[in-house]
Amino acid sequence: MIRLRSTPCLRLIAAGIFAIGLACCGGPSTSDQPEAGNISPQIMADALHAVLESDRTVYARQVVHRLQDQEEVILASEHWQDEKALPLPAQMFRMGAEMVANKTDAFSYALISKWPVNKQNEPGTEAEIAGLDSVANNPSAAFYARESLGDAEYFTAVYADIAVSPACIACHNAHKDSPRDDFELGDAMGGVVIRILLTE
Amino acid sequence: MRRNRLAFVWTVATVAAGLCLIAYFFGRDRRLFLPGETTSGHYQIERACDACHAPFQGIRQDACLACHQADLQAAEDSHGPEKFNDPRYAEDLARLDARQCIACHAEHRPEITGAMGVTLPEDFCRSCHGDVTEERPTHEGMAFDSCGSAGCHNYHDNRALYEDFLVRHGEAQPATVAAAWPQRNAWISGETRDAGPLGAGDADSPPASSRPDLIAAWANSAHAAGGVACSDCHAAADAPWSDRPPRAMCSACHELEYQGFTEGKHGMRLAVDLDPMSPAMARLPMHPEALNETLDCGTCHDVHTVNVREAAVDACLSCHADEHSAAYADSPHARLWEREMSGEGDKGSGVSCASCHLPREERRIAGDLRIAVQHNQNENLRPNEKMIREVCMTCHSLALSIDALADKENIRTNFFGMPSGHVQSIDMALTRTEHP
Repeated sequence: MIRLRSTPCLRLIAAGIFAIGLACCGGPSTSDQPEAGNISPQIMADALHAVLESDRTVYARQVVHRLQDQEEVILASEHWQDEKALPLPAQMFRMGAEMVANKTDAFSYALISKWPVNKQNEPGTEAEIAGLDSVANNPSAAFYARESLGDAEYFTAVYADIAVSPACIACHNAHKDSPRDDFELGDAMGGVVIRILLTE
Repeated sequence: MRRNRLAFVWTVATVAAGLCLIAYFFGRDRRLFLPGETTSGHYQIERACDACHAPFQGIRQDACLACHQADLQAAEDSHGPEKFNDPRYAEDLARLDARQCIACHAEHRPEITGAMGVTLPEDFCRSCHGDVTEERPTHEGMAFDSCGSAGCHNYHDNRALYEDFLVRHGEAQPATVAAAWPQRNAWISGETRDAGPLGAGDADSPPASSRPDLIAAWANSAHAAGGVACSDCHAAADAPWSDRPPRAMCSACHELEYQGFTEGKHGMRLAVDLDPMSPAMARLPMHPEALNETLDCGTCHDVHTVNVREAAVDACLSCHADEHSAAYADSPHARLWEREMSGEGDKGSGVSCASCHLPREERRIAGDLRIAVQHNQNENLRPNEKMIREVCMTCHSLALSIDALADKENIRTNFFGMPSGHVQSIDMALTRTEHP
């Protein structure tokens, strides 16, 4: 049985948790920080992207690049089931997106590129085309727009998809379906598009 | 006078409509209400309207998935609904909601139903892949109605047809090697029996039910060798003795097999509480003398001898009378089966009907690798390329497998001789790999 002793460290953690709880429940709000329940679509999209980008980077660097290229433990492959390999980072991202889409239509996310390995991932809507152009010119700035798709209105955000690991560029540059073979580390290889549903 | 006649007609019509409604909701035979002939995949259960329809709500998508989802997931569905959920496809979905099975597989529409029960025009691939020649110049001049019918692509299951698989298995390989089917190890799914082999003297049947021929058959069976006594089936769980235990009794131990049986055309009627399938109901040619059989476990597996060898060929051919089945006896596959049965061939070297249509599958169950017979004989039947990986490639090269399954005449003769045509897909894939 594990017993927790009241050490200075634990007391500090408890105080931190209490402070965070207090802030969440009723801390003072400023005019540029929307109150809970009134989060703007842009903040929502930015927050989602922060999570997605971080998880994707961790997977690309600490799982795929480390295990495949550095420690040479296991390969990552497009046909990961047949080859008993790791899914590619883009596949991980897409599988997550598909799982989310099965749970909710309140938001969605996808990877698109002007140089996709799978042609179905080319930009299709005006916002996607404009967004990819925008983030290609200025990768540090997201692109925001509103668009109507079918009967629904969306807040659409496009963020640069940066090559964060040598595994990314090695795979894309060597793939026979890739329209480009000259990607370098840090290049914007495409974009992450996040859509927030605005209509009920 | 005219008013009375109108009242009479109105009364008759009302009563008739009422009777129709009563028959619809409470009757067992609802075929009167079928809007059109049911496809070969569903006609056996067409009287069980509720299996697919919800009252006043049309077809239930979850009803389709209840039977087909596991198969689609195993097939790594190339066009699963999750592929189309992105809002960017909203306009495309407004034209054709590809997330719904009935968008492509409308039922009771024989006038527009094609292969695989598809009710779209045969060139349906064009709507999304119309510019395929931009990426694949090799496809120049190919008709869009041949994408899925020439042995190159399937809409759902491309596990044996995707480009890198073609490349990996398309290099020069021997067309045929000796068969070596895996041996079954998963016949018991319930409690593990600790009784040793039993003999005729161990039969625990009551005297009135102790026919010597049945006891002798059982004493030489795998059941007796595995310690399964008479009472384990005829008086299971301390139930009173029954000379004819219910068919579901087998599933107590053979759960995987029974599940597969009720998912395929031999047993699918049982899954919706209809009477068992009979060859008389079949749309395929059957032997006249077999028409009145009813299909359950004991139809193919004699319940006392439980001879799986008889079930693998003889049982099939006692009912099926189509050209493919009739040609089996003269086929190279049958030669191998005869050699194994006579002891000349190695164990697992023969090719029976069951080798291909009820194949042995590997499954992970609670961490254990189980090899069991897939008793859903339709699971790998259509499109027939589903057989390539788990069945054909056990002995044959990918190239020969693709060519043979695309050759209707070769199938009709039960693969007597080599395929007459050649599917170009492997050549195209290899060319593109060498000259991307």
